[in-house]
Amino acid sequence: MNNLKSRLSKEKRFQIYGLSSILIALFLLSLLFVSIFSQGYTAFQETRIQLPISFDKEILDPNNTKDWNIIRKSNFNSIVKNSVSKIFPGVSERTNKRKLYKIISNSAEYQLRDIIKKDISIIGKKINIWVLADDDVDMLIKGNIDRNLPENERRIDNEELKWIEALESKKLIEKFFNKTLFTSGDSAESEQSGILGALLGTLFALTITLILSFPVGIATAIYLEEFAPKNNKFIDFVEVNINNLAAVPSIIFGLLGLAIFLNFFGMPRSAPLVGGMVLSLMTLPRIIIPSRAALKSVPPSIKDGALGLGASNVQAVFNHVVPIAIPGMLTGTIIGMAQALGESAPLLIIGMVAFIVDIPQTMTDPATTLPVQIYLWADTPERGFVERTSAAIMVLLIFLVFMNSLAVYLRKRFEKDIN
Amino acid sequence: MNITTILIIIALLGISSYYAGIKKSLALGKIKKLHSTPIYHGALLAVNSSVASILFIIIWILFEKNIYTDLSLSRNILYIFSILIFLLTSFITFLKIKHEFKAREKLEKIIELFLLICSSVAILITIGIFLSVIFESNRFFSTVPVTEFLFGTHWSPQMPIREDQIGSSGAFGAIPLFTGTFLIAFIAMCIAGPIGLMSAIYMSEYASKKTRNIVKPLTEILAGIPTVVYGFFAVIVVAPFIRSSGEYFGLDIASESALAAGLVMGIMIIPFVSSISDDVINAVPQNLKNGSLSVGATKSETILKVIVPAALPGIIGGLLLAISRAIGETMIVVMAAGMSANLTVNPLEAVTTVTVQILVLLIGDQEFDSPKTLAAFALGLVLFFMTLILNYIALNIVRRYREQYE
Repeated sequence: MNNLKSRLSKEKRFQIYGLSSILIALFLLSLLFVSIFSQGYTAFQETRIQLPISFDKEILDPNNTKDWNIIRKSNFNSIVKNSVSKIFPGVSERTNKRKLYKIISNSAEYQLRDIIKKDISIIGKKINIWVLADDDVDMLIKGNIDRNLPENERRIDNEELKWIEALESKKLIEKFFNKTLFTSGDSAESEQSGILGALLGTLFALTITLILSFPVGIATAIYLEEFAPKNNKFIDFVEVNINNLAAVPSIIFGLLGLAIFLNFFGMPRSAPLVGGMVLSLMTLPRIIIPSRAALKSVPPSIKDGALGLGASNVQAVFNHVVPIAIPGMLTGTIIGMAQALGESAPLLIIGMVAFIVDIPQTMTDPATTLPVQIYLWADTPERGFVERTSAAIMVLLIFLVFMNSLAVYLRKRFEKDIN
Repeated sequence: MNITTILIIIALLGISSYYAGIKKSLALGKIKKLHSTPIYHGALLAVNSSVASILFIIIWILFEKNIYTDLSLSRNILYIFSILIFLLTSFITFLKIKHEFKAREKLEKIIELFLLICSSVAILITIGIFLSVIFESNRFFSTVPVTEFLFGTHWSPQMPIREDQIGSSGAFGAIPLFTGTFLIAFIAMCIAGPIGLMSAIYMSEYASKKTRNIVKPLTEILAGIPTVVYGFFAVIVVAPFIRSSGEYFGLDIASESALAAGLVMGIMIIPFVSSISDDVINAVPQNLKNGSLSVGATKSETILKVIVPAALPGIIGGLLLAISRAIGETMIVVMAAGMSANLTVNPLEAVTTVTVQILVLLIGDQEFDSPKTLAAFALGLVLFFMTLILNYIALNIVRRYREQYE
C-alpha cells in the first residue's frame, strides 16, 4: 500500500499541476495581449514631413479664374515635387529625383487639393505644411526598420536614409497622433488606410442585429419561460432547436445568408444590412438562453403575489417578473452582441470582404466590419499593415472590454436585485 | 412617398386610435362597470389596426412581383390600401367598445400569439439552414457522386476552363479535408482538454475565493476574444516560433502548419472547457466528497477517484461540445493552417479544413452553378450534420447527468 508520505507528495504534485495549468492559461493570455500591443502601439502615431509649399499661380490657376472646377484639374503633384526639390536642391539626376519624391506619401497632393478647396485665396501664398510620409519612411522613423542593417536587407537604401537623416536634423520630420487611422477607409497604401469605413460598417451591421434579435430573443425567452404549455411536443422541439442553433458553427449561418438572403431574395452583396441579418440569426439563441436563465432566477413568490392579487398572467409577467429580469436579460444581450461584434466568418461568405475604399453611407453600401478589416490587413505582408492590424485589434478589444464590463456591471446589479 | 413614410403614418394613426379608444370607453360612463380599463381598449384598438395593416404590407411586398409588373403602380395601391385597412379595422374595433367588451383578454391573446410566433423563429432558422445546404448540395451531388465526395482522397476544386488545362482536374474527394479538420481539432483538444480540466479542478477545489474572483474573469476574457485575433496571434507569434524552434532541431516546418493552428485553437477553447467542467464539478453532491474525505482520502484522491468519476459524463459532454466548436472554427485555421489539401497526419505540414475550403470556394465572384461553388454547400452540409450530431449527443449527456444529481 502507499505510505502516507508518497500520498501527500502526490497531493502536492496534483495541486501543482492544477496551479500550473492556470498559470499557463494566464501566461498565454498575457502573451497574446503583449504581442499585439507591442506590434501595434506605434500605429497610433504617423510620420509627417514638413514641406514649404508654394501654391503657384502658374500651376494652379494661370488664367486667374478663381473657379474651383478649373483649379481642381490642375497638377497638384508637381507642387509637391517642387517643394521636395526645394529642400534637397542637390538632387538632380532623374532616377534619384524619382526616389526622392517617393519618401512623400502620394496622399500629399490630395491633402493640398483639400486645402485649396477650403480656401481658394491661398493660391499664390507660401505655407509650411506637414504632409504624410511614405509607409517605409514611417516604419524607419518608428524604428521598425533597423538602420544598421546592410543596405540590401532593408527597404530604405543608403541615399534615402541620408535624406531622412537630413530632414531629422532640420526637425522637418516628426511623429504626430495618427488621425488618418480614424478618419479614412481602407487603402492600398498602409499610411493612408484607416478603420473608419470598417467601424461604420460594424455600427450599421450591429444596429440591424440588435433591432432584429433583441425583441425576438426576449419575446422567445418570455414565452418559453412564462407562457409555454409544459410537456408540449412543439415547445420541446423549439427548445432543442435553440440549443442546437447556439452550437452551430458560425460559417453555416453565412451559407444560409448566401443561399437565402442573397440568392433567393436578391439582396445586395457586401451590404451591412445583410451582414446584420446573418449576425442576428446567430445572436438570437445567444440572447434567448441567458434571458431564460434570468427569468428563471426571479423568485416565483413575486409572480405568485401578483397573481394572488388578481393580476392576469400577462400582467404578472410583464409588470412584475420582466422588470426584475431586465438587467439579467440585458447582460445576455450585451454578451451576445459582443460575440457578434467579433464575428467574421459568415460575413466573409456574404461578400463583406471586398477591398472597399469608400466610407459606407447607408445600410446597403458595400462595407466591411472591423474583424473583417483585421483579416484583410493580416493577409498583407507589409510591415505597415501588420502595425495597423494590431491597432485595429486594439480598438476592437477596447470595444469588447467596454461591452463586457457593462455586462458584468448589469449582472452584479441583477444579482443584488433578486437576492 | 415610400415605405418609411407609410410606417410613420401608421404609427401616428396608431397613437391617435389609442387615444380615441380611451376616450370612447371613458365616454361610455359608469367606469366601474367596464370589463377592461380604458387603456386596454385604446391599446387593443391601436394594436389591432396597425397589425392588420402591417401584415397586409408584408404580404403585399412578398407577392407583388407575381402580380404587378409596374412596381410604382403596385406601391401606390399598397399605400392606399394599407391606410384603408387600418381605418377599417380600427372602425370595426371602435364600434365594439362597450362595457362588457373583453378588451384585456383579447389584447393578451394577441400578445401571447406574438410571443409564440417569435419563439417559432428558431425553427424557421433551422429550416432555412437545412433548405439552403440541402438544395445546393443536391445540385452538387448530381454532378459529383456522393461516394466520390465522401471517400475520395484527392481535393482540387479548381475546374478546368479549357479541355487540356493542367493542374485543375476538378477532383472533389473530401477525405484530406476531414483528416485536416480532425487533426487540428485533436491538437486543440490535447492543449485545451488537460489545461482546461485541471484549471477547473484547481479553481473549484483548491483556489481561495479571492483567487477565484480574480482568475475567473481573466479566463472569461480569453473566451471573449474574437477568433480573428487568435488567427493573427497564430500568424505573427506562434507560427514563427514553431518554425524557428523547428529549425533549431533541424526540422523543416512550413510557415503554415497544422500545429500552429491547433495550438492557438487550443488556447481559444481552454476557457470553454474549463467553464463547462467547472459547472459539472460543482454539481457533484457535497456528501460524496465529504464521504471520501472522512475515510481519510487526500483531496487529490477524492478528486481523482470520486469527483471526476462522478462528473465524468458531464465532462465528456463538455469535451464533445468543445470538439464541435473546434471543428466549426474558421478564422484561426484560414489564417494559420493554409489552403493546400494534403492528406497527412503530420502536424508540421500545412493542412486544410472543411471550414477553410467553404470560405475559399465562396470568397470572390463566382457563378452559382459550377460544382466548385456548390461543393462549399456540400461541405457545409457535412459540417452541419457533424456538429449537429456531436451537439445532440453532448447536450443529452450533460442533461442526463444534471438530472441524475437533482
